Amino acid sequence: MTTNDLILFEDVSKFYGEVLGVNRVSLSLPPGVTTLVGPNGSGKSTLMNLMTGLVQPSSGRISVLGMTPGDPNAFFREVGYCTQFDSFPRGLTGWEFVFDSLLLHGMSGMDAHRLASEALARLGLTDAAYRKIAGYSKGMRQKVRLAQAVAHHPRVLVLDEPLNGLDPMARAESLALFEELSRQGMHLVISSHILDEVDRISDRVVLITGGYLVAQGDIHAVRREVRDKPMQVLIRCDRPELLASRMFTLNHCVEARLHADGGGVFLRTTDIDEFYRLLNGIATEGLVNIEAVAPADDDTQAIYQYLIGSEGGAS
Amino acid sequence: MSALVDTLRQQPWTLWWIQAKRILRIEVRRNLLTWRAAWIYFLAFVPTAIILIHFLFDRHLQFSLADDTDILAAIVQFYYIRLGIFFGCLGIFSRLIRGEMIERSLHLYLLAPVRREVLLLAKFASGAISAVLLFGSAMVANFALMYASYGAAGQEYVFNGPGLGQIEAYLGVVVLGCIGYGAVFLLLSMMFRNPTPAAMLVLGWEAINPVMPSLLQKISVASYLKHLMPITVPGKGIFALLSVQTEPVSGWIATMGLLLLTAVVLAYSCIRIRTLEIRYTTE
Repeated sequence: MTTNDLILFEDVSKFYGEVLGVNRVSLSLPPGVTTLVGPNGSGKSTLMNLMTGLVQPSSGRISVLGMTPGDPNAFFREVGYCTQFDSFPRGLTGWEFVFDSLLLHGMSGMDAHRLASEALARLGLTDAAYRKIAGYSKGMRQKVRLAQAVAHHPRVLVLDEPLNGLDPMARAESLALFEELSRQGMHLVISSHILDEVDRISDRVVLITGGYLVAQGDIHAVRREVRDKPMQVLIRCDRPELLASRMFTLNHCVEARLHADGGGVFLRTTDIDEFYRLLNGIATEGLVNIEAVAPADDDTQAIYQYLIGSEGGAS
Repeated sequence: MSALVDTLRQQPWTLWWIQAKRILRIEVRRNLLTWRAAWIYFLAFVPTAIILIHFLFDRHLQFSLADDTDILAAIVQFYYIRLGIFFGCLGIFSRLIRGEMIERSLHLYLLAPVRREVLLLAKFASGAISAVLLFGSAMVANFALMYASYGAAGQEYVFNGPGLGQIEAYLGVVVLGCIGYGAVFLLLSMMFRNPTPAAMLVLGWEAINPVMPSLLQKISVASYLKHLMPITVPGKGIFALLSVQTEPVSGWIATMGLLLLTAVVLAYSCIRIRTLEIRYTTE
């Protein structure tokens, strides 16, 4: 993969006066969905603003598909950014907001009309398009910002808290849209505090706190790197108590907890590879009928708690 | 030199022109068609309203035509240049960048595929067009009302006398005043979170500028405009400070001087906007 396919941060730092924004961040993001995770003020929005040129790095270099915001004509044809700023120019309708922004690309009125209609329809705003944005609900304002960000068919979509203010149905629709865009080969960089929902579509996570990068990569790989926290596995089986006692007899597990419905057990292990080997052995013995095995704490929420040590919250 | 010409030729001028026209359309609409611009309309048309009242209720005698010509010149010299256009431009041009930062909507422009310099110059042009439309139309209305009340004598003065030349000069003063002050206030609004205190300093500077050394007089919008006035009204009392006679400068030198000053200020503004950062939390 060449630099023309990647979003690259090379030793990037940003200071706001004496206040640290982000410090010496190096990242290489391939196409797919990347989730930025971190508490409030951790530097997620700063990373996004740096990526799109809204703020300038104090040091280091950033490129998006080989381009920089210094050449906005080329850059912003390929990049769409849905910021968290819930503000709009006064007096505009949803249609004018999307249409006017497309006109700034230099395209013809007819093309802008077609793309604006398409984007608003995609976000389910066709009926509300000619109403003033000032009269929109928070969810509709979020949607119209999203429509504006995707209207010109960018290759990179940066989304700062895109699920904020959306009802469960709209969240599901937005996530489906993100998944679809990701399947089309786009880069999606998303920050969200609704970790369990974003987790479903995320290809990789970037954990950041206090302006420092804590971990990055495929979520399962990141989980394996957190060695000081034993991994938890849920095993669905017909005799969970027997399975747990067998694992303790083998002196492998460090913790066991029955599932609330009695049809499974959560086991914690410090060596996941050895754990699976032993489990295979037990299954082969036929003592326990195992129905399903699934990691129970290699999701973003769990890793967030392990590495950052608080409930997921972001802005 | 040829490399520079080649580089300039390779730039996407057509695209920039299209983008600038579209920004102009959006911004002129925002400048003029909003209730928040009401006070700028007031600034532009308050003399018009006063002249209209005189037109409706005063008896005009032919011998007062010369007095009214002086009054109109005084309105332009002391009101429009010093106050009306000054504060009108402060309102219009400080909204273009700083106003959008306060409303947290500037990022929408900065995320568009438009060069920041094109954005700045298009916004400046939109402010200039808006200000010239307001103050230019007020000036024409003032002039028309002032001489309409004299009937045939007024017509004679306008069409066969110095009238047309005077309104042409006044409109030139309005255009140059709007772009000169506009460029200054656009820059101040990028330099300061609240440009009003800085604008007050500019107002003070413009007032004392006529008594400054010749070199310093060149850094003043009003000093250039004074040389373009078709009629100079001698000031009395405090107004004397605003009408000090300085070394004579020809009209075209004053025009070029003001345009050069504007170009320098705009060039510096273009440099500043390239590194402008969106940090709404500090607004």
